[in-house]
Amino acid sequence: MDNMTLIVLLLILMGVAYQLGLTRSRAVASTTSGRMNSRPGYYGWLVALWCGLPALLVFVLWTLLEPSVIRSVVFSQLPPEMANLPSQQAGNLMRRLGDIASGYGVSGDPAPYEVAAAETLARLRGIGELAKIAVMASLALAGLFIARGRIRPQLRARTHVEKVINAGLLLCSGVAILTTVGIVFSMFGEAMRFFSFVHPLDFFFGTTWNPRFSSTGHGNYGDFGLLPLLWGTLMISIIALLVAVPVGLMTAIYMSEYAPSWLRSFAKPVIEVLAGIPTIVYGVFALMVVGPFFSSLGDMVGIQIRSTSALTAGFVMGVMIIPFVSSLSDDIISQVPQSLRDGSLGMGATKSETIRQVVLPAALPGIVGAFLLAASRAIGETMIVVLAAGNSPILHANPFEAVSTVTVTIVNQLTGDTDFASPQSLVAFALGLTLFVITLGLNVVALYIVRKYREQYD
Amino acid sequence: MKMVDPEVMVQRKDDRQQSPAPETVKISARDVKIYYGETQAIKGIDLDIMENEVISFIGPSGCGKSTFLRALNRMNDTIEGCRLEGSVTLDGEDIYDPSLDVVLLRAKVGMVFQKPNPFPKSIYDNIAYGPRLHGLAKRKYDLDEVVETSLRKAGLWDEVKDRLDKPGTGLSGGQQQRLCIARAIAVSPEVILMDEPCSALDPIATAKIEELIDELTESYTIVIVTHSMQQAARVSHRTAYFHLGELIEVNDTETVFTKPENELTEAYITGRFG
Repeated sequence: MDNMTLIVLLLILMGVAYQLGLTRSRAVASTTSGRMNSRPGYYGWLVALWCGLPALLVFVLWTLLEPSVIRSVVFSQLPPEMANLPSQQAGNLMRRLGDIASGYGVSGDPAPYEVAAAETLARLRGIGELAKIAVMASLALAGLFIARGRIRPQLRARTHVEKVINAGLLLCSGVAILTTVGIVFSMFGEAMRFFSFVHPLDFFFGTTWNPRFSSTGHGNYGDFGLLPLLWGTLMISIIALLVAVPVGLMTAIYMSEYAPSWLRSFAKPVIEVLAGIPTIVYGVFALMVVGPFFSSLGDMVGIQIRSTSALTAGFVMGVMIIPFVSSLSDDIISQVPQSLRDGSLGMGATKSETIRQVVLPAALPGIVGAFLLAASRAIGETMIVVLAAGNSPILHANPFEAVSTVTVTIVNQLTGDTDFASPQSLVAFALGLTLFVITLGLNVVALYIVRKYREQYD
Repeated sequence: MKMVDPEVMVQRKDDRQQSPAPETVKISARDVKIYYGETQAIKGIDLDIMENEVISFIGPSGCGKSTFLRALNRMNDTIEGCRLEGSVTLDGEDIYDPSLDVVLLRAKVGMVFQKPNPFPKSIYDNIAYGPRLHGLAKRKYDLDEVVETSLRKAGLWDEVKDRLDKPGTGLSGGQQQRLCIARAIAVSPEVILMDEPCSALDPIATAKIEELIDELTESYTIVIVTHSMQQAARVSHRTAYFHLGELIEVNDTETVFTKPENELTEAYITGRFG
């Protein structure tokens, strides 16, 4: 019986338990004069939970612990020289033993000690499974009958059930947060390993980015200076914001203040579609259309513009984040109460005076928040930059030249053959962590500004 | 609700003798019809509003009194699908004439709204907003003076003079509404429209606003929409009763509340509906 079947059976049993609890509580209710504490359904749920949760807990723990227990028993049987293998070879051996035990996919003749160990393995697994089923079944049934027997009018079934639901909700929200924390910790660990090769000061303040290939040996690791990459990221983000902020803001003002409702209901979704285009498509667009266009434009006015440059990537990225700026700002501007507009118009202000002097100042905190969110989006953007920025990690201030960014470098360092013990790969984690800290900081500042300076309108 | 307390009326009458009898016509509406899309909200109203009088519009909710009030400085222009037929004149000039600059009209006919709506600026900037827009004060000194005078007229100066640079939104509801009145009079309008200015205020703040209206009537024509009949009785010279988009009756406040001519008016002021 595999795990899936086991869980399905347990769920069916819970369903039965629910019904039993329901019937029982109705029976109890009909024999007592007083009121039951909760509706019958809650008693049903309580019995089902008592039946299912302990068994489920045992199931989870068992499944997690069984392999390592079996493994240590099997290994204790092996010849002594096998008992202390490094972890990777030990894993391979376990897999081989498993294959021998099941009789499939065995390569070569198994040695006698292997056959013996495989037999033990098979026996242990059989016992383990039976024991697991037995323990779960007895726990489930015991829980069911104990809970069913405890049904009384005074039993506060609803309170108990709601506590369990609460715990379930907490667990779910915990998953998201714990994942984030887990990501940070794993990156932190790997980044620390990187800093054991390269000094943090050389990383954070180095102005040269020139990692050697890891295959050239460990004598010299090359230079891992963050600044050229950070500067590239910054330059592209600034160009993107220079495009997105004015266009997005003007769009938002037009949409929320001037556009007739039919145009608004049509144009707003269309603009938001821009946000749904995969970034790789923008990247291709930048590479094939925008880059050559800027390049020939540069030829016309006598400036040399590379077709893959900070300008190309930044411009297309700016187009990409226009919908973020315009959609968020539009919502924020629309939230400014009509009474403020009326007040200003009633003083004899024109529409544009009203927008400039009353509506925008009232909406400003939210709009700044929108800008910062757009900025953090631009900093973390990868695909457009991979294709259109030219990947040249050199520190310079010319937007018409190729640059490289933090994200692009992470991609470069982790694609192809990678040895995760070399600084050439590990640097990706240090870069990722840096990027994470920057965007996190921007988001925190954005949220702080939005909360702190938001005018409270009711 | 019973007929309005006669004592209030008596007191009102005493006040009345101090102010000059309103004679010149300030605003004149002739056969005004207002539509929201297909719905007709105002069904042909003729009304003259005299200079320096306080006239109050009363009537059940949805009777069109606010709509008509907003027509007097063309605030309905901001509502999509709203249009007006008939004529409204201010000092004999048609305010719906296409060549008229609505900005200048609204500078002459100011408005105070139901909910206090100070701008998210400092108290000083709230008052200075209008004068700056219209270029009424050339120098900082003049502007300071306009701000102080307006706040004094609105009876708010002593309460806020030490915190003019604090946000206007930080004041209490009653203070905010007086700030809005001060803001309206800072551009020296001739007429002030008030759309239920006290409906969001407590009785004490309401009393202050009513007192203020009494003082303002010396220099301004005031049109006030109110749901409180006591308020109409306390502050206004004349009262107009609106019903389902029509002007049913307009007369001296005292007459309307003691000897209403129309039975609809009587039904409303005695509390039979509305």
